[in-house]
Amino acid sequence: MRTVFNQTLLELAKQDPRIYMILADIGYGEIEPFRDAFPDRYYNVGVAEQNMTGVACGVAMEGNIAVTYSIANFPTLRCLEQIRNDVCYHNANVKIVIIGGGVSYGPLGVSHHSTEDIAIMRALPNLVVCVPCDTKEAEAATRAMIAHDGPFYYRCGYKNERDIHDEPIHFQLGRAIRIHDGHDAALFFTGPIGYNAKLACEKVEREHGISVRLVSLHTIKPIDRAEIVSAARDIGKIITLEEHNLSGGMGSAVAEVLADEGAVCRVRRIAFPDINVSKVGSQEWLRAQYGMDVDSIAEEIVRICRQKD
Amino acid sequence: MTPERRKELADFALQMRTDCIRMTNHGQSGHIGSMLSMTELVAFLYNGVLNVSPDDPRSDARDRFLLSKGHAGAAVYAALCRKGFFPEDWLMTYYRDNGKLMGHISHHVPGVEFSTGSLGHGLPVAAGMALAAKKNAKPHRVFCLMSDGDMNEGSTWEAIVFAAQQKLDRLVGIIDYNRIQALGFSKDIADLEPLSEKLAAFGWASVTIDGHSFEEIEAAFEKLPLEQGKPSMIIAKTVKARGVPWLENTVKSHYGYIPDDRVEEAIAGCRALRDTYVKGA
Repeated sequence: MRTVFNQTLLELAKQDPRIYMILADIGYGEIEPFRDAFPDRYYNVGVAEQNMTGVACGVAMEGNIAVTYSIANFPTLRCLEQIRNDVCYHNANVKIVIIGGGVSYGPLGVSHHSTEDIAIMRALPNLVVCVPCDTKEAEAATRAMIAHDGPFYYRCGYKNERDIHDEPIHFQLGRAIRIHDGHDAALFFTGPIGYNAKLACEKVEREHGISVRLVSLHTIKPIDRAEIVSAARDIGKIITLEEHNLSGGMGSAVAEVLADEGAVCRVRRIAFPDINVSKVGSQEWLRAQYGMDVDSIAEEIVRICRQKD
Repeated sequence: MTPERRKELADFALQMRTDCIRMTNHGQSGHIGSMLSMTELVAFLYNGVLNVSPDDPRSDARDRFLLSKGHAGAAVYAALCRKGFFPEDWLMTYYRDNGKLMGHISHHVPGVEFSTGSLGHGLPVAAGMALAAKKNAKPHRVFCLMSDGDMNEGSTWEAIVFAAQQKLDRLVGIIDYNRIQALGFSKDIADLEPLSEKLAAFGWASVTIDGHSFEEIEAAFEKLPLEQGKPSMIIAKTVKARGVPWLENTVKSHYGYIPDDRVEEAIAGCRALRDTYVKGA
């Protein structure tokens, strides 16, 4: 996904001279084509995320589009106040891009896990929060991010993600993508973990005849209220799946919509419990430890479908 | 400096001080000491340095001025008001319900470039603005006025490293170096000395001046950039609460305002200070 992001950004930068990259010494092996093509629109500030964000804000306020870029929590939590006070308050055209959302960098440990970012970023006024799930969404989201005039948070995956969308997609910020329809439960996912959701849906269909509406909720803010309410009213059973802490993430955002709209239904949120993920292992292994592997997700689908109202 | 010019500046500074004292008194809050220490610097910026106009506050050609020590924003509000950026009756809404002027400087006020209030935010943004201006060969300059507290923040030093690396010689930092911060004297908390040597080691050109002397302020601004290819820092040694004798150089002047029964006495002190400027003392 990160390669698709970087290639798309490079392509857009060839057409739009306003696009700058402001980095904090991260991106080896990925950002060099941008650096080489646009040396006067590429600035590595060093390992200094607060300055990266402040500089990007200043560059953006001069009529440009400034992309900050780093991994995991570095361009978000390390410089949260710069994002809040400088970027969001001034509605500056800064795009905050992270590579390695969730536990993409699994074995590197807690410092390199981004598992609270959605909760924290979506609390900030003026900020769009977008989490593409595969290369198709990654490309479309990059284009949408540049086209959007204002602060934007883009949570990218890492590498070797499997495609979730088989068909070309119609991507609109704030509009969820229904991958396939179903009538027994609705499963909302955000990000590359959606691949496990897709396989789990296939499994429960095959083994139990359960049909699931599968939805990529790629934009957490602004959120697609109609799609959430529709799932509650038409189906009545919702599962949310995200590679993020349970507190305040996509599942919380979905639950807020349901509460606001008075759309009563059964909800099961799958996410990391309120912990630091300190076990050592790969992304897929860590997912499995916390019920985010295909079999565990399938079991949750079966369980919610068998619950009686 | 001609006597007429000195009088013009002294009168403007007195007006700013009077406004700050009345605004903070009426709002019953503020950071009066921090406002009065930077008054001459701000007065000079808005009278002969900054290319800004109330007729077109967002003109692309304007000089950018960021007040990083946002807690002293009332002094900039006063200067902007007296330069015609907004009506005089806004001043007494400072810090009040449904007011026009919030306690920390706000870009919602005409003429204010950037909102701050948490220290250490101004210089990185100013550096970004200067970087964009340099790349596009725009002639305007970017000024960032900071406090002792700003110089405690790591983000300020990150920007200091960056600005030197990028040779941002149209970036001008100004430190209102009154050497007092919220809880005490800077030398007892996070000593910045030797400040000019530190800045030189970080690749900046700097000059140290008396921040209440219009002559020294003028001389410093006339020399900008202090060195080609380097960002400039004006280290302005100032006195907290300058003009109000019983508050000058005190920690207690950092927070707070002048109470009703001493407002006129405080303004009289500022007027006496103005008179010394006019006499060229």
